[in-house]
Amino acid sequence: MNRRLLSSLILIVFLFSILSLGGCSTPAPVTSTQTTTLTSTAPVIYNTNTATTTTTTTSTTTSTTTSVIVSSTTATTTVTTTAVGVTLNISAASSLTNVLNALSALFVQQNPGVTIVPNYGSSGTLQTQISNGAPADIFFSAAEAQMDTLQSQNLLLINSRKDLLNNSIVLIVPLNSTLNLTSFNDLTNANVKLVAVGDPKSVPAGTYATQAFDELGITARVQPKEVLGANVSQVLTYVESGNVDAGIVYWTDALSSTKVKVVATGPADVNAKITYPIAIINTTKVADTAANYINFLSIVQAAAIFQKYGFNPLS
Amino acid sequence: MTEAYLSPLWISLRTVLTATIITFFIGIAAARWMSRYTGRLKNVIDGLFILPLVLPPTAVGLGLLLFFGRNGPMGQFLAIFGVNIVFSWPATVISAAIMSFPLMYMAARGAMEQVDVNIENAARTLGASEWRLFWSVTMPLAWPGIAAGTVLALARSLGEFGATLMLAGNIPGKTATIPVAIYFAIQQGNTNEALILSGIVVVIAFASLFAIAYWKGRTSITRTILQEREGLD
Repeated sequence: MNRRLLSSLILIVFLFSILSLGGCSTPAPVTSTQTTTLTSTAPVIYNTNTATTTTTTTSTTTSTTTSVIVSSTTATTTVTTTAVGVTLNISAASSLTNVLNALSALFVQQNPGVTIVPNYGSSGTLQTQISNGAPADIFFSAAEAQMDTLQSQNLLLINSRKDLLNNSIVLIVPLNSTLNLTSFNDLTNANVKLVAVGDPKSVPAGTYATQAFDELGITARVQPKEVLGANVSQVLTYVESGNVDAGIVYWTDALSSTKVKVVATGPADVNAKITYPIAIINTTKVADTAANYINFLSIVQAAAIFQKYGFNPLS
Repeated sequence: MTEAYLSPLWISLRTVLTATIITFFIGIAAARWMSRYTGRLKNVIDGLFILPLVLPPTAVGLGLLLFFGRNGPMGQFLAIFGVNIVFSWPATVISAAIMSFPLMYMAARGAMEQVDVNIENAARTLGASEWRLFWSVTMPLAWPGIAAGTVLALARSLGEFGATLMLAGNIPGKTATIPVAIYFAIQQGNTNEALILSGIVVVIAFASLFAIAYWKGRTSITRTILQEREGLD
């Protein structure tokens, strides 16, 4: 075997090992474990007001563990089943990035064997991806419109849709801004040259902002100054950089940043309609784990974390 | 509704024309300077000129954003005159010009260095000044390569997206060029609009290529570029 052939073979083996290390993480046993889970220990939801009980059973053939998590202050008990190597793909609005990362970490702690793969973006972009076949198990949107579109395309699992949160939009300026803005109407001032908002056609925060402008009758004067962001996180970054004079983001985004200050809140009736629905996509192969995750987001512990980040959990 | 197509088209045409004119003159000037430069920094400067071609457009966009931004050196200097580059139409021109500059520079330099030095020396012995030499001898002989470079620069400016989006942003009616409009149309799930805009770009691209080929009297731009490339090595 000559040298060139040998070195080519070594290179190929090297590349192959790198690719296999970085690539696949779901071993073949997932499917067999999964079917066993479904038939023998399907998750059951109890409604109870009694004191806490904890039961743990272990199946010897497939080494799955079933655990009961009981919260003493809510009336819902969740039985979670963990299968080895389950991956949950969650498409969620950009504004949920920080809070869902925290909650998903908690969920994974309580449900070992589950890997959560988040995909954050503007709700419009995510909906387009799902409509075109992107493999998402759960969709957590910042507006009803995108969820309605998926519903009309028959992509949602029946009865899995739930309204989880409320948020509000605020007007923010860079921390060192000297423009003295105090209300949305001030955006019509001559010294305000650039206003960052999400693209109203794909970013719910941009849609809500436009609704607020319409209500205040200032849309025509503000529109020539608008710089459109592809998602609300980008709008926040624009304001943080100081390259725009002001921006419209969610209250939760403003809280998460130390480089902007809130100068006004959106109109009350616009804020009241900001609802974040969640649902399971019906092409999912892990419906039970997805249902467990959604239930997990409703328990008291999760609600407290949502509130810490500035969201308003809907009961 | 045609406003959605006419606006990006008009902005793209203005941007591409302005950027190509700028790149044309600066590219030729830089190529002439570097073809005569014999200092020790030759490779460094050459590398700097070619950098926008090698770097990802988003990296170039980030650099430009930091440079022209409110906290950047040029941004602060221009702020004294009340000028802000970020999120303005000149930003689209700057991004397009910088991203297409390496192509113009490389083609022009290759074409100039390929000109037979004996012809230039003969002109000098006949008393031509360097300026006259450049315009009457070097440029006409290097013209096919320079024209090819202009075509490449024009095409590159037309398709410039990453740096444009970062520096100029998406302001419909002001900075939303066709590539930016296509991107946001896809985000919105508006595939029809994206397809129509893409079709417009294809038509413009073909029209420009045929116009240049016709003007040059040759039928194939590729053949021209390949022929000039032989002088580049």
